[in-house]
Amino acid sequence: MTPANPAMRRFGTIGQPVSRLDGPLKVAGAARFAAEVRPERLAYAAIVPAAVAKGHVIAIDAADARATRGVIAIMTHENAPRMGRPPRFIEDPDGTAFDSSPVMQDNRVRWNGQAVAVVIAENQDIAEHAASLVRVSYSPEAAKLSFQALLLSARRPASILGQPTEVNAGGDAEQALASARFTVDEIYTTPRYNHNAIELHALTAVWEAEDRLTLHDSTQMLALTVSTLARVLDLPKDHIRVLSPFVGGGFGGKGFFSHTLLAIAAAKLAGRPVRLVLSREGVFRLIGGRANSRQRVALGARSDGTLTALIHTGATGVMTGTIFPEQFTFPARHLYAADSLHLDQAIVELDIPANIAMRAPGESIGSFALESALDELAAKLDLDPVELRRRNEPQKDPTDGRAFSTRNIVEAYRRGAERFGWSNRNPAPGTQRDGEWSIGQGVATAYYPYYRFPGSAARIRITADGRAVVQAAAHEMGMGTATVQSQHAAQLLGLPLDRVTFEYGDTALPPSALAGGSTQTASIAGAVIAAHERLVEELLRLAGNDSPLAGAGPKEVETRNGGLFRKGDQEIGESYETILRRAGRDHAECEAVGTPPAEMMNYSMLSLGAQFCEVRVNDITGEVRVARWLGSFDTGRILNPKTAASQFRGGIIMGIGMALTEETLFDERSGRIMNPSLAEYHLPVHLDVPQIDVIWTDIPDPQSPAGVHGIGEIGITGCAGAIANAIYNATGTRIRELPITPDKVLAFTSQPYGQSRPLSS
Amino acid sequence: MTPFRYEKPADTAGAVEISRRAPAARYLAGGTNLVDLMRETIERPETLVDVSHLSGEIRDIDGGGLRIGAGVKNTAVAAHRSVRERYPLLTQAILSGASAQIRNMASVGGNIMQRTRCLYFYDDASRCNKREPGAGCDALQGFTRNHAILGGSASCVATHPSDMCVALAALDASVQLEGPRGARRSLNLTDLHRLPGNTPEIETGLQPGELITAVELHPNRFANRCSYRKVRDRASFAFALVSVAAALDLADDGSIREARLALGGVAHKPWRARTAEALLAGKQPAETQFRQAADAELSAARPLPHNAFKIELVKRVIVSSFVALAQRKEASA
Repeated sequence: MTPANPAMRRFGTIGQPVSRLDGPLKVAGAARFAAEVRPERLAYAAIVPAAVAKGHVIAIDAADARATRGVIAIMTHENAPRMGRPPRFIEDPDGTAFDSSPVMQDNRVRWNGQAVAVVIAENQDIAEHAASLVRVSYSPEAAKLSFQALLLSARRPASILGQPTEVNAGGDAEQALASARFTVDEIYTTPRYNHNAIELHALTAVWEAEDRLTLHDSTQMLALTVSTLARVLDLPKDHIRVLSPFVGGGFGGKGFFSHTLLAIAAAKLAGRPVRLVLSREGVFRLIGGRANSRQRVALGARSDGTLTALIHTGATGVMTGTIFPEQFTFPARHLYAADSLHLDQAIVELDIPANIAMRAPGESIGSFALESALDELAAKLDLDPVELRRRNEPQKDPTDGRAFSTRNIVEAYRRGAERFGWSNRNPAPGTQRDGEWSIGQGVATAYYPYYRFPGSAARIRITADGRAVVQAAAHEMGMGTATVQSQHAAQLLGLPLDRVTFEYGDTALPPSALAGGSTQTASIAGAVIAAHERLVEELLRLAGNDSPLAGAGPKEVETRNGGLFRKGDQEIGESYETILRRAGRDHAECEAVGTPPAEMMNYSMLSLGAQFCEVRVNDITGEVRVARWLGSFDTGRILNPKTAASQFRGGIIMGIGMALTEETLFDERSGRIMNPSLAEYHLPVHLDVPQIDVIWTDIPDPQSPAGVHGIGEIGITGCAGAIANAIYNATGTRIRELPITPDKVLAFTSQPYGQSRPLSS
Repeated sequence: MTPFRYEKPADTAGAVEISRRAPAARYLAGGTNLVDLMRETIERPETLVDVSHLSGEIRDIDGGGLRIGAGVKNTAVAAHRSVRERYPLLTQAILSGASAQIRNMASVGGNIMQRTRCLYFYDDASRCNKREPGAGCDALQGFTRNHAILGGSASCVATHPSDMCVALAALDASVQLEGPRGARRSLNLTDLHRLPGNTPEIETGLQPGELITAVELHPNRFANRCSYRKVRDRASFAFALVSVAAALDLADDGSIREARLALGGVAHKPWRARTAEALLAGKQPAETQFRQAADAELSAARPLPHNAFKIELVKRVIVSSFVALAQRKEASA
């Protein structure tokens, strides 16, 4: 028996810590993921990755593989079904691909690890074994692989996520820097990082007919997957259905990549449903992650700390011809009032797997550089870093002068500092010790923009038994979408939570925007609000002249307490059951698209936070341990403190990994990722993660639907900066290169250990 | 994974006999390393000889030592009362390795026989003299942060990844072997693993078909002054950048009667630091003394492009370990 969730019977659960509705299903193993769908005659696929970075496949010897019992087919560029190039994300409204290269349509190798063959077999073991027997010969070509060597050839992309690449404001920032009394001018570098959600990328592709496809996918981009596939496969959109009821972690990495088309093509070729589950190595080779970066941040300041110049420039290493530069200069566009701004980004194009969205792409690495530099300036000024930020708090957006819809970062800092005990910190580096450990505290600002995508629709159906079903093709990647949308809809409808069902994860439902850019909660809430408005009108119409509500207009009524009531009057109204029964209906249903996100045009809308942490640095070994953490966020209204806290904490844990342990080892001789496994790609383990305390202002944004901001990404921002700053406070050492591994800390230790101190015994 | 035959013999003699007849056979115990390598197709045994049910006991031996069966799980060794009381160094080393789940599966014999974590050994698109003798080594100019600083060669700079073996090396453990036709012999653990030389594919001194049946520990006076310290990139579940097994036996006048030192993460085998040990014997413990011993031991170190930090790092850990041991109060008997 599942223990009753007491919140389920309650009305008005917005702001309540409701446990995730999908929790019991997942604990019981009853939530069915894309890799668990088992249609009749299912076949299994395994991928053969390329072993060179660039060139042509000249021969594929698949004789041994083909002779293996249980092998159904071997797909290569020679026999793969013909497919178009996938349209690209951002630049094409139908597109969701980061890389628009054709998939298995020619003999070109574009990166080391690209799929060059797919083995389809009766079971997974046979497929994998046979894949290991496929021998591929290449005609390799010289590949562009060294970011450092090609840095001089970096070029400026035309735009970054539709925003201008270069921003200048308030005069010549270089000149202002040159004449500033206090300056910081440093280079910060971040490595490549790879996606490692718990759930491996998985698809089960079923061709229901020659021209009808059902895809069981693990994706955070349902609608865009359909529109992309419609173009690639030249099919009407309504011939393609994608289901994704559960996603075992997304973070930007679950979407449309070459593996999507490989599974679909393999199913076509085999004439059978095909399941493709990438191996962990396959995720590294085919999916991509965060681009590496080299960033310059230069700050000029007066002696009171106010900024005269803020310069943030640099380059990322991306796949040739792709369009995702990682917006690392975005935080500097909105965070600080500086007399002059110069922000600019470049890309170095390389023959590597395409970098893709990965939790706060750009903002995560950009905030490391910017927030480290702020801390360096605070040290030079002998000013508290929290106070430095307060003194540079802008009254309007520093880039475009728009008003902020809401901005309470000073309050978030104040509350965070109080709870963390910031005032107890000794600002002098290297002054707190515990045995062989040096202790320090650091702080950094977290920043992620507010976005809401247009075009999200929702449908609400009220049934004569007083229940509601809310439908949207939304995505549940474990963050609590279904739970908070149920809470929001129940609150709007005036129903207890257990009377509302939220249906999602299926493109047969009203289309939703993608779950990316921390937009989904606001986008769907906006659509539900619009559908609810229609529903009120419909219910009023159904209530008719025999209702106590007769004569009332839609603006004069509201839904509460299980029915429709006159505003401000406890008595006048009736239940949904009564209205529907009298009208002889078993349900009422309305669908609507959310209002266009005009708020984004009219206001500068930001999610903000203050990350406080304490680290311990070992004098002997250079090991860094994070000892405690407090995140204090200003992210609008929090719908569910339980799921929100997990989102923030998860982001912070990912930030700890980014700062200290994670790094994709990319061999520039071969273009090959050398650590494609969880043994050697070091995600933080439990012992690396301290107690993480999170608090929030909970001040609703008057401009956003339901007052909310998305919170999926902000948690990772600022983390690496806070850690690097804490390491400085602990040791007096500035490390500007991620990840901060023991060897980097040790490199700054000039004193050989063991020659100075007397031994007391 | 390449298909294979699976055999489960009734006893050690049967296991050795199967292995002798089937040349491409491998012994399978916990499978925590071998099965991974099979999944990566780095290992492609034709026959797996399951020995996980053999040699499963820990018992006292004549003269005060301890015999640990090769099939005993790592967790069971670490938790065994005699090990904790008489050889705490071994407990510490085992518990610093892998994860609890892996230690629950991994055997003593398998831990000894585990293979390097060199990234280029694991990647079949890279050249590796271990996988394919004479092919060349892509590690030499590649990512060498985890590679050897001692005893490497132009053919191979891989390290042995075990923590347990570093403690066993310091403790002068011997390894009991059984070969074809009941041939039994004993090998010091420090002689079991080889340096790579020109034949890095030959990793141990085991003869074809020989099976590890037990590890024997001898009585020692280090139980109160020994420590295993491992430095790694995250707090748990990572292989050592360097590790140090250190032990001291102090005479009544406070001088060092005997020091033991073995290093992990620095060489193709657990590195017994006999140079340092010899320098410390008979000396009064002092930080400078320990530093000199560490300097002497590491004077032969030859760093690669990314691992020069290991030299200073391992010296610092050696010194700090010995300093802490020297300062430790004798436990009351």
